[in-house]
Amino acid sequence: MSLDGSGAAASILEVSDLDVQLGGRRILDGVSFRIAPGEFTGLIGSNGAGKTTLFRVILGLQPASAGRVAIEGAAGGRSRRALGYVPQKFLIDPDVPLRARDLVGLGIDAQRLGVPLPSRTRRERVEQMLEAVDAVEFADTRVGRLSGGEQQRILIAHALISEPRLLLLDEPLANLDLRSAAEVVRLLARIAREQRIAVLISAHEINPLLPVMDRVVYLASGRAANGTTAEIIRAEVLSKLYGHHVDVLNVHGRVLIVAGAGEDTDLAGHEGMFPGAGIPS
Amino acid sequence: MSHLLSPVFAAGFFESEPVRIAAAIGTLVAVVTALVGVFTVMRGQSFAGEAFGDLGTTGGSGALLVGVGPLGGFVAGNVIAAAAMEAVGIQRSRGRDLATGIVLGAGLGLAALFLYLYGSEHSTTGTTVSILFGSIFAVASSTIGPVIGLSAAVVLITVALYRPLLLSSINSEMAAARGIPVRLVGALYLLALALAAALAALTIGTILSTALLVGPAASALRLTRRPLTAVLTAGAIGIGAMWLGILLAYDSYSWPPAKQGWPVSFFVVTIVFLVYLLAGLPEARARRRGARPAPAGERSAPGLEG
Repeated sequence: MSLDGSGAAASILEVSDLDVQLGGRRILDGVSFRIAPGEFTGLIGSNGAGKTTLFRVILGLQPASAGRVAIEGAAGGRSRRALGYVPQKFLIDPDVPLRARDLVGLGIDAQRLGVPLPSRTRRERVEQMLEAVDAVEFADTRVGRLSGGEQQRILIAHALISEPRLLLLDEPLANLDLRSAAEVVRLLARIAREQRIAVLISAHEINPLLPVMDRVVYLASGRAANGTTAEIIRAEVLSKLYGHHVDVLNVHGRVLIVAGAGEDTDLAGHEGMFPGAGIPS
Repeated sequence: MSHLLSPVFAAGFFESEPVRIAAAIGTLVAVVTALVGVFTVMRGQSFAGEAFGDLGTTGGSGALLVGVGPLGGFVAGNVIAAAAMEAVGIQRSRGRDLATGIVLGAGLGLAALFLYLYGSEHSTTGTTVSILFGSIFAVASSTIGPVIGLSAAVVLITVALYRPLLLSSINSEMAAARGIPVRLVGALYLLALALAAALAALTIGTILSTALLVGPAASALRLTRRPLTAVLTAGAIGIGAMWLGILLAYDSYSWPPAKQGWPVSFFVVTIVFLVYLLAGLPEARARRRGARPAPAGERSAPGLEG
């Protein structure tokens, strides 16, 4: 499964046969996929499908039981500098004295010791980043007082300012209203395209990502299917992944993934829409 | 001029040796507690700060038994307590208050024993009161050296860790993803907090030390939007409260009922509290005017998270 030489060098991230066990439970089971530079990949799965665990393994915060994660062809360690990360559930007290621009600035050098010295280059870099995510107008507001969508833009700027080659975002659209979610997706797609930064974004809802995704990694029951949306979002593929029948319906350019009324009586009565809604994982 | 100010600065104030020592130590401690306190409030570790304050009682009473100065006891007691909290699991956010509370309970039990043992040989009321409520005018001039050394250590730790500590206080996952050793940073910060609480206990007593640690910082957080400005503001509030407290306590030697001086800690804590109340006014007024409240609408958008 592992590709060496030219094949591996071309991918920014390569995950091979990844197994993760947590407390005796198998969270990820033989997960493999690759991401090329500048590619926009959606990591789709219900709550508990293992999306956050996968991110933690990629970031080196969680050891894998088996398998390999290679970033720019190298395993772990310093290569993680190539990663930017936006965590799930960012909660910050509205009273914390930290302006949006301070958090973006921390993205430059938070790992260094000492107090950041004010400098013109630093200020200009932060200002440019704020402009890139359309955040100039609320740059001086405390982070804790921003709306969910504004916070996501600041977190993206915080992750991007260290110039990563792959941006990992864990459920950035959760808790956003539809319009803010669409704005964040549009922003990410623009950044991926203009700066050639690969994006791996997790979501439990596939539709907001459909217009911009190059590839999808679909997680269910710890296993993954990956390919283009046309290859993966099909009844045969997803039924095989879930281990029981699901239907994929197209409704005005959006997809609904619905637990099929098949032999699996457990599912009777569930009006499942989208991964997880009616499908035990 | 001097007689015009005499109702404020009672005779001998500027010449008094205890006043000078108190002002020097008070200033250092106000700076140290401001720096550490801002992070304490940001990290939501006020309870740990309170616990270190209270546990100073154990160290202080232990020092009485052994016959050394109170500062040594505060420092030793708090550092041991910090290690115990770390061992019991203060860094897990879920069990944090529990770990703090368990160590606090055990430590105060020891304090009860130490005071009992000491009291069976001496009259303890005066010393116990000075441990609990501070005795900044009674600090020996030989203590200034150690206070400077400890203050420098705390400032050094906190300033060195400033950026990693700030990011891990905001979000530990983001910090860990950048390769910051979150656990080590948290442990070193806990040590700085333990030392800062020991210094605060020396000035205004073990029980009240948390007021100096948390009060100016909490007021500063209400007034500023930037972390460094918050530290400076908290320092200014702390120094102001300390100086004014020392002045009023000195003046109060001529006050009723006993004409023996009200406690400095009473004045300091009261000033800190009043400043905290005043610091809330701008925001309360803004809210009444209907300025932008903390947004809740977008976050509670229903329907998307199933």
